Amino acid sequence: MSAVAVLLDILSWALLMAGAAFSLVGGIGLLRLPDLFTRMHGAGLIDTLGAGLILIGLMLQGGASLVTVKLILILLFIFFTSPTATHALAKAALHGGLKPLLEQREDKPSKS
Amino acid sequence: MMFAAASLGILVTMALALARAFLGPTVYDRILAVNAFGTKTVLLVAVFGFLTERPDFLDIALLYALINFVSTIAVLKFFEYRDLGHPGQEPGES
Repeated sequence: MSAVAVLLDILSWALLMAGAAFSLVGGIGLLRLPDLFTRMHGAGLIDTLGAGLILIGLMLQGGASLVTVKLILILLFIFFTSPTATHALAKAALHGGLKPLLEQREDKPSKS
Repeated sequence: MMFAAASLGILVTMALALARAFLGPTVYDRILAVNAFGTKTVLLVAVFGFLTERPDFLDIALLYALINFVSTIAVLKFFEYRDLGHPGQEPGES
């Protein structure tokens, strides 16, 4: 095993683990954030950094071959469709009467 | 080994997304969770192909990404207008 292969393996490990960690954080956010519009933030983390880092880590393992081309296609496709789907979801939710959860401002005059 | 660890992380995330899909509470939460679940499925299929040393699975992952996007848009349109053949927003409607 040459030094370059070892280096690529280590880099691939790091990217895959970082992608899995970002996915986990996104999943926890999806479960624990308070309303739909904040949960979209967690789903965005899964779709961008989670998917991106894992696919780039796989590309390093694939080398210069058709496999890498397919991985790039998947990555491009996810990068184009995920914001579109999220935008459509937000529009449909607003159209359906769902309002973002906003904290009450503190500078309102109190009732005292 | 690294593929096994990565697929474990993906599987846990899928379980979390599935929990959100079951908990709801609105239909949009469920759609969001199912969309995230689909993205994770694409990644799981890709990683699993490398894990079993058969990267031909990537074709399936690509196709799954396509179907996931189209189905999300279709379900959203159905729940927005209650009709898949609806022309969308009429001009003048806010």
